[in-house]
Amino acid sequence: MDAIMLQEKLVERLLCARGRTTRQKDKQYVGFATLPNQVHRKSVKKGFDFTLMVAGESGLGKSTLVNSLFLTDLYKDRKLLNAEERINQTVEITKHTVDIEEKGVKLKLTIVDTPGFGDAVNNNECWKPITDYIDQQFEQYFRDESGLNRKNILDNRVHCCLYFIPPFGHGLRPVDVEFMKALHEKVNIIPLVAKADCLTPNEIKKLKDRVRDEIERFGIKVYQFPECDSDEDEEFKQMDKELKECTPFAVIGSNTVVEARGQRVRGRLYPWGIVEVENQSHCDFVKLRNMLIRSHMHDLKDVTCDVHYENYRAHCIQEMTSKLAQDNRIDSPIPILPLPTPDAETERLIKMKDEELKRMQEMLEKMQQQMHEKDTC
Amino acid sequence: MAATDVDVFSSEEKRSLSLGGHVGFDSLPDQLVSKSVTQGFCFNILCVGETGIGKSTLMNTLFNTTFENEEASHYQNGVYLRPRTYDLQESNVHLKLTIVDTVGFGDQINKEESYKPIVDYIDTQFENYLQEELKIKRSLFNYHDTRIHICLYFIAPTGHSLKSLDLVTMKKLDSKVNIIPIIAKADTISKSELHKFKIKIMSELVSNGVQIYQFPTDDEAVSEINSSMNAHLPFAVVGSVEEVKVGNKTVRARQYPWGVVQVENESHCDFVKLREMLIRVNMEDLREQTHARHYELYRRCKLEEMGFKDTDPDSQPFSLQETYEAKRKEFLSDLQRKEEEMRQMFVNKVKETESELKEKERELHDKFEQLKRMHQEEKRKVEEKRRDLEEEMNAFNRRKMAAETLSLSQPLKKDKDKKN
Repeated sequence: MDAIMLQEKLVERLLCARGRTTRQKDKQYVGFATLPNQVHRKSVKKGFDFTLMVAGESGLGKSTLVNSLFLTDLYKDRKLLNAEERINQTVEITKHTVDIEEKGVKLKLTIVDTPGFGDAVNNNECWKPITDYIDQQFEQYFRDESGLNRKNILDNRVHCCLYFIPPFGHGLRPVDVEFMKALHEKVNIIPLVAKADCLTPNEIKKLKDRVRDEIERFGIKVYQFPECDSDEDEEFKQMDKELKECTPFAVIGSNTVVEARGQRVRGRLYPWGIVEVENQSHCDFVKLRNMLIRSHMHDLKDVTCDVHYENYRAHCIQEMTSKLAQDNRIDSPIPILPLPTPDAETERLIKMKDEELKRMQEMLEKMQQQMHEKDTC
Repeated sequence: MAATDVDVFSSEEKRSLSLGGHVGFDSLPDQLVSKSVTQGFCFNILCVGETGIGKSTLMNTLFNTTFENEEASHYQNGVYLRPRTYDLQESNVHLKLTIVDTVGFGDQINKEESYKPIVDYIDTQFENYLQEELKIKRSLFNYHDTRIHICLYFIAPTGHSLKSLDLVTMKKLDSKVNIIPIIAKADTISKSELHKFKIKIMSELVSNGVQIYQFPTDDEAVSEINSSMNAHLPFAVVGSVEEVKVGNKTVRARQYPWGVVQVENESHCDFVKLREMLIRVNMEDLREQTHARHYELYRRCKLEEMGFKDTDPDSQPFSLQETYEAKRKEFLSDLQRKEEEMRQMFVNKVKETESELKEKERELHDKFEQLKRMHQEEKRKVEEKRRDLEEEMNAFNRRKMAAETLSLSQPLKKDKDKKN
């Protein structure tokens, strides 16, 4: 039993409710219970969009994981750089957009890739192009939102960032910490342990504990799953708890299909066995996929809109108004409600009171100093 | 007569003769072997790789023992090297093994200086040996040779290619030490990916001119196996000290939910090949190469820096002794010249101070004279005053006496007047 089946049940219930209302029209039934159904219909018609960013050193399996997640081949003709070319490489931002459809639901998926991150010999501030990109998308949305014609706003804001932690070390490295600290207030970060097929279950557990400790110690705010409502059933709560304890997810990706236990599954073929990507006892890929796509995709979008974007917007507006007040210009590119300007009389009074306050503060300080000296004498 | 005979013989070519019976000098290699066994061997391994890539585990697995080590943290400020020496014994052969670990390699955000501590360490070991060699009283047979014989470079199993840091570091090290690149944690790469990865790595090394250690193919006994192993570079290894029961045997392996990776299974990884090549077949060759090639290169560069040359301007071969003598002479003449200079300076200074002192003496003398004169003047004045004073005193005394005699006669008269 997992979230997929629960969701399917919910959809069924909603669809059936429609049939019921038409039959029981004469009963005392208002009918707004069909609202969820209407929402569902409209959203299917409108289609969804989602922007996912993947970040991490090259060779950690980012592209393979994206292909496995969305069961497509996004990176067909990729050119990988040599080691020599990478010595002084700068970080680029590349975008791939695909339109995929499932059961009538359309999804416009944008994957933002960051080739070159952490690959050069000197990686000082290698996260700057990425933060600049995210800010750019926020700024563009801000302008569009404040514009006159708001019919067709394109939402290119990054909803989620999957950060790949290499499994070869003992935990987070300085570059990981710096990257996450630079981005945790701009985007939802989901840390992943990449290439988890090089760790035994004990080692995975140790590494996850280590990474969780270090995330807390350095004060990095990764994406937190929302708490369950108290009226959800026990199974859901249990699942949610397991999900939370499993972070960071240890994932394996694969582009190839192998034959295992009589079935054709996505996996990796080794001389000593076959790693199945969708086997829960092999890795956390299924958990990640469920969380990312099947249950929390919309929540990620909401957090981006409500928290990260609003933070950016408030910050932007504050800067702009302070600049306007200094420059005394009336026109601004974005319509902002002007702050109530006090008239001259009140302004003068305010200034006087400010000066008085300052004087009293200075006197207080002097007295404190004197008392302090007396004490020490 | 004998001298001419000798001349005749030495101008002929060397002849090879066949022996009539068993002489016994075929035991020479055995004598050499027994001597070196009693001496003991020493071997120094340098492990270069990122933190957590499996260097310590691989050393434990290779030598089938547990070398004590603590896990390194990722937050070191720079790279530093940690050498540890162990004494191992197998049958009757003693091995003094030194393992040098690079702590903090690859962890910093700016890795441009990461290779420097490693290169400095290798150079320091060469320098120590060179110093020992150049000593007048030296004990090379007793010397604990710390020169690095082999550098195992651990490549992260990304599956794509070398990292930029790997390329830069290997280029700096390839002329100083024998490098064997190995792919660490190879149980994360599948067979097909591994093949492509190895080809990519080797092509990158070749195209960038990095000289890695080639197993020697000139000795027929081992040339076949060595040349086949050369084709398997870089070795993809897996290390483990834990034992897992497979079938009815207990082997060193890693246990996964999907299978067991056996360390000593040739179809699982190249660990056995690495052990063969590194320890069982080519250990002695590695030591030789270090001494004959890398150390000699270092020595030549160092001595050239100091100004020694092998041939003088006429292209006649110089011996080190002659160069050394010439240098010594130069040095001594330099020394003498400097001594002369210093002496001159000293003499000049002495002269100067002497003249100064004389000046001062004269001044003092003048002052003395002046003071004396003044003193005499004063004295004279005082004498004059004294004389005046004496005269006055005499005059006064005389008057006093005169007055007294007068007063003596006076009171009689008064008395007489009174009586009358």
